[in-house]
Amino acid sequence: MDSQLIAWVLAAAQALLFVAAAPLLAGWVKCVKCRLQNRAAPSVWQPYRDLAKLLKKRMVLAENASWLFRAVPYIVFGAMLLAAAVVPLIAVRLPTAAIADVIVLVGFFALARFFTALAGMDIGTAFGGMGASREMMVSALAEPALLMAAFTLSMTAATTNLSIATEYVLQAGLVLRPSFLFALLALAMVTVAECSRIPVDNPATHLELTMLHEAMILEYGGRYLALIEWASQIKLMIYAVVIVDFFLPWGIAREFTAAALAVGAVAVTAKLMLLGVLLVAWETVLAKMRLFRVPQFLGFAFLLSVLGMLTHVVLETGG
Amino acid sequence: MTPTESFAPFLQRLAAADLICEQQAARGLAPAQLVAVQAEDWGRLGNEASVWGCRWVACWGEDVADAIRISACFEHAGAYLVARTAVPRATPALPSHTPSYPGADRPERHLRDMLGVVFTDHPDARRWTRHQAWKDSEYPLRRDFPAAGRPPAQTPADHQYNFLPAHGSGVYEIPVGPVHAGVIEPGHFRFQAVGETVLNLEERLGYVHKGIEKIAEGRDAGGLARLAGRVSGDSTVAHAWAACMAMEKAARVEVPQRALWLRALMCERERVANHVGDIGAMLNDIAFAFGFIQFARLREQWQRVSREAFGHRFMMDCIVPGGVGVDLDERFISAMRDEADALRKQIGKLMAIVNDLPSVADRVRGAGVLKPEYAKALGCVGYVGRASGMNFDVRRDAPYPPYDRLKVAVPLHHYGDVNARARTRLEEIAASFDLIEALLAGLPAGPIRAGWGAPAPGAEGLGLVEGWRGEIMTFVRFGEDGRIARFFPRDPSWTTWPALELLIHDNIVPDFPVCNKSVNGSYSGHDL
Repeated sequence: MDSQLIAWVLAAAQALLFVAAAPLLAGWVKCVKCRLQNRAAPSVWQPYRDLAKLLKKRMVLAENASWLFRAVPYIVFGAMLLAAAVVPLIAVRLPTAAIADVIVLVGFFALARFFTALAGMDIGTAFGGMGASREMMVSALAEPALLMAAFTLSMTAATTNLSIATEYVLQAGLVLRPSFLFALLALAMVTVAECSRIPVDNPATHLELTMLHEAMILEYGGRYLALIEWASQIKLMIYAVVIVDFFLPWGIAREFTAAALAVGAVAVTAKLMLLGVLLVAWETVLAKMRLFRVPQFLGFAFLLSVLGMLTHVVLETGG
Repeated sequence: MTPTESFAPFLQRLAAADLICEQQAARGLAPAQLVAVQAEDWGRLGNEASVWGCRWVACWGEDVADAIRISACFEHAGAYLVARTAVPRATPALPSHTPSYPGADRPERHLRDMLGVVFTDHPDARRWTRHQAWKDSEYPLRRDFPAAGRPPAQTPADHQYNFLPAHGSGVYEIPVGPVHAGVIEPGHFRFQAVGETVLNLEERLGYVHKGIEKIAEGRDAGGLARLAGRVSGDSTVAHAWAACMAMEKAARVEVPQRALWLRALMCERERVANHVGDIGAMLNDIAFAFGFIQFARLREQWQRVSREAFGHRFMMDCIVPGGVGVDLDERFISAMRDEADALRKQIGKLMAIVNDLPSVADRVRGAGVLKPEYAKALGCVGYVGRASGMNFDVRRDAPYPPYDRLKVAVPLHHYGDVNARARTRLEEIAASFDLIEALLAGLPAGPIRAGWGAPAPGAEGLGLVEGWRGEIMTFVRFGEDGRIARFFPRDPSWTTWPALELLIHDNIVPDFPVCNKSVNGSYSGHDL
């Protein structure tokens, strides 16, 4: 009974830590990016200040905003919060992992996106509709690639549960699986598209006409914008942690001792920092692609994940 | 060949077509030659000029007692012609040049809004510069209109402007602006799109109308030079130079050689600063932030040297009637030479990185193509024209001192896409470095400013300068006591804003920012 309670407490703590740490990852990415462009970087804590500022601000809503527009920030944030609870950050075998598997995780993302797109159209500005249309185009192509990559990994681990899959990879040790390489590449490309990063979208732009994700949320301000921004930061962190869990899980705590948890925390921090640097390096050497190149980019991601699946079936299942 | 000779066949042609035109002496307008025509022949004159292959440069009007005097400027092979006519103030109707020159569309509408001249066969009856800040029965440039205007307590909303409608399934409109994100000037863009493809773009400008032409009236020469430096802040040197050139020609003031060379030095520095900054800004619009930051840094360092040498980052108010306001200290001569060398190397290094990126090439090649025939029809000048086969540069083709003693390399491209405009600008930077070197090497000694003597009332002058955006044409007429009676600066943006509407056709909506930046028209210079 006691261990059960500790597990739940830990699970709740992990989910909170996940949500609390997400702006830090965004701050780290921004900071490294500035350094790589020879600019003076803002502090890694800057996203927290921005969120605090937005939370304090008065909100201005469009006159024709419906209840949907007001509900969407909570739906989006809630979906990301739930998704974050499912993903093992510093420990596996937490009870929350049983709530949902990878497919539901994809579902959470889809739910958040669906409502964001509705909110974009709800206001009736041209930018909102334009952003919603573009976001849907991207996600319609990104989702199959994401699911296919998830299936490839789940087939190896024989489960769609993230926690169990992570443990499987840990137990199997360092095995070079070609299918994992393909899936990793596919997942990385989908991450870039889904988290509105260069070359698919530019999170830093002020040019409404070029925006994808940002165009949908142009009309938001104050607390609502803070929730949506925060949700985006959580989303980036979820993708990063999922990649870490599947491909580099070493260090994650498998028992609930203080030492193991500390090791898990340090390990995941180091790995996320490394991933952040890789993301920045990728974003620095690329210009944004023309909008209609995005389908090719995501088509390639899908192809990679299919190749991963085939490789798994042909090479890795003992025949 | 003198201007008189180069336009002689054209004038013979007019005579053969029974179009009476009388050559008039106008020393201040040199190198342009002045002809007077009858008002009813105005449209035919435009047609003949178009057939003969003249480029339409500008038109402007003056309110003179009982008549309104209209002038139009044409250019052919580096020679300029100013045609002039007059219409009665009570019934100011005139045939339009727009049927022959699409580029005359907005300038004529501007003239109608400002002076009430009705262009009888103008295809577009909508107002242009006038929003709602003054009534449609009022004409600010007429003498009886007060300089302060008669503004209503609250300017009514300007929502009754009929944009070209588009119909069909899946066609939708995107209104953008007038207030944009980022630190740029206001202007409204109305897109009609199907999916992401732009069917049509219509601009609505005039949001930064400052009444420059009106508030110029009654200023002294120094005051006009300062005002001209504010027509468009990023080309303050070129506009101030054009205005001073016009005033000096009207007043027959001989500018000292050293002053002319310093003006050219400032003008080339301005060109380099803007081109360098804009190349970075184009990279920013395709989200290549590294390039943006680096070019922005280079531009800023360049401008800081301008500040050290001339006292202002943009070199505002450095050009004054009769010369320049600041002399160049000897120590800057070698410093600027080294600076230009260093910048040339830095740009080379950066462009090696940028050219190596397929992701950049993919965005700029084939985007925003301005076909050479469109550039010709609109009379596009500057890098926008030169990237689309318009082989013209005032510094080379109608050289004014000191460029008459310098060799000006003029890049030329024909494909007219974003890439071609960027290449043209990079090559112009290189050409400016050569010019800066030659200017520093040959900088004559002597005074930097001639004494200013007020010209006779009615004296007029024409300034023609190649600013960084292209040819600037400025007309100045003096009134009593050496005060300005009329000031008309034609910024090159008048020719490139309509080009933007054409080059965006069939491009996708998200490519608009980079196409726009590659043209970079001035809102302020256009709205006046």
